[in-house]
Amino acid sequence: MKIAVIDYGAGNVQSVKYALNRLGYESYLTDDAKKINSADKVIFPGVGEAASAMKALKAKKLELMIPELKQPVLGICLGMQLMCNFSEEGNTQALGIFDLTVKRINTNLKVPQIGWNQVRDLRSSLFKDISENEFMYLVHSYYVPVNEDTIAKTSYGITYASAIQKDNFYGVQFHPEKSSKAGEILLKNFLEL
Amino acid sequence: MLTKRIIPCLDIKNGRTVKGINFESLCDAGDPVELAEFYSRSGADELVFLDITATEERRGTLVELVKNIAQKINIPFTVGGGISKISDVERLLRNGADKISVNSAAVKDPDLINRLSAKFGSQCIVVAIDAKKTEGIWKIHLSGGKIPTGKELFSWAKEVEERGAGEILFTSMDHDGTKNGFANEALAKMSEMLMIPVIASGGAGNISHFTDTFLKGKADAALAASVFHYGEIDINDLKKELKQNNIPVRI
Repeated sequence: MKIAVIDYGAGNVQSVKYALNRLGYESYLTDDAKKINSADKVIFPGVGEAASAMKALKAKKLELMIPELKQPVLGICLGMQLMCNFSEEGNTQALGIFDLTVKRINTNLKVPQIGWNQVRDLRSSLFKDISENEFMYLVHSYYVPVNEDTIAKTSYGITYASAIQKDNFYGVQFHPEKSSKAGEILLKNFLEL
Repeated sequence: MLTKRIIPCLDIKNGRTVKGINFESLCDAGDPVELAEFYSRSGADELVFLDITATEERRGTLVELVKNIAQKINIPFTVGGGISKISDVERLLRNGADKISVNSAAVKDPDLINRLSAKFGSQCIVVAIDAKKTEGIWKIHLSGGKIPTGKELFSWAKEVEERGAGEILFTSMDHDGTKNGFANEALAKMSEMLMIPVIASGGAGNISHFTDTFLKGKADAALAASVFHYGEIDINDLKKELKQNNIPVRI
């Protein structure tokens, strides 16, 4: 299986590659549209700030080709947020795969949310063998509101979508590559889709 | 519910863990990778590696170590110790560190926090603050508490947040090594004042100290070294006890 991890200079892509290695899968980091297109599975990670990440995607001319991908694509953290239409972070026009707006966490709780929180109302084969209320590791200041594409929810002052899915596109707000055993199961499920 | 984090801290010198770590189940307790794996299996929520190597070759060794740790463990980890430049941070993150912590370099050059958070995002920038109470005022100290500075703790913590830090790791030099509990009064004041998470450090001696730092100190996470390394506190036992006290933890 060919697994492409999109490397557009945003954050810690190496961790995703290492996590896949631990599962026994080889993957390659790439910003080459051809190599992304020809992969069986595509992982779209991201840590950092939305506006500069979009700028980096545009500089590599990836902003039009990612929404056209036909194979399973997994957006992680900022990767998931960039799959939406618009982010309040830097008022950023994003990829528009999901017709959703990413909002700033605005409660009386600490921002960023950093640490382990629970996922529930799981409804996707992505969560096969993962229990309701399982813990996942999250680091974020912005969130995707609950919507019709929601496949997992998490609460932090408000209840938001911690995972979304539409057709071949999957997005998770948490970091499966850093979420211990449960995260590894999720990555394995994605690779076995 | 977001849970409170338990974070073992490992001191690293020349690529090896220091302090007499004693675990029968480990073949080589001086091997940071093996110890990291042990802690990640034992329920640690995160790990902090503090490089205390003083020599010039330190950077290469540390990068190699970070790479080995990132390949093996599946929980987040922070690397700190002597970081002062964007290029240092870039290499560590590129090799798999999730966050880095800066301490002295940020006190000497506060704008470093702005530059790092602009480049890498707040979420991976932890600012470590060491402080000691002198004549009723908490003052920042450098080099493990040896060098006093004029900076006052709470105003510095606020400035650190405004400059873009994602978290603060606050060590009370008055409590560190005493095993008498964390500096809960100062922690609570800091935690209530700031929007970013605060990690309590210094003073852990028994399980109730952790309960106190979450309930009274309002800490978001608690860090300790020797109580974990010497097996005095088992992380699973600790978390069960915290849960009994209605403190949310990941079990």
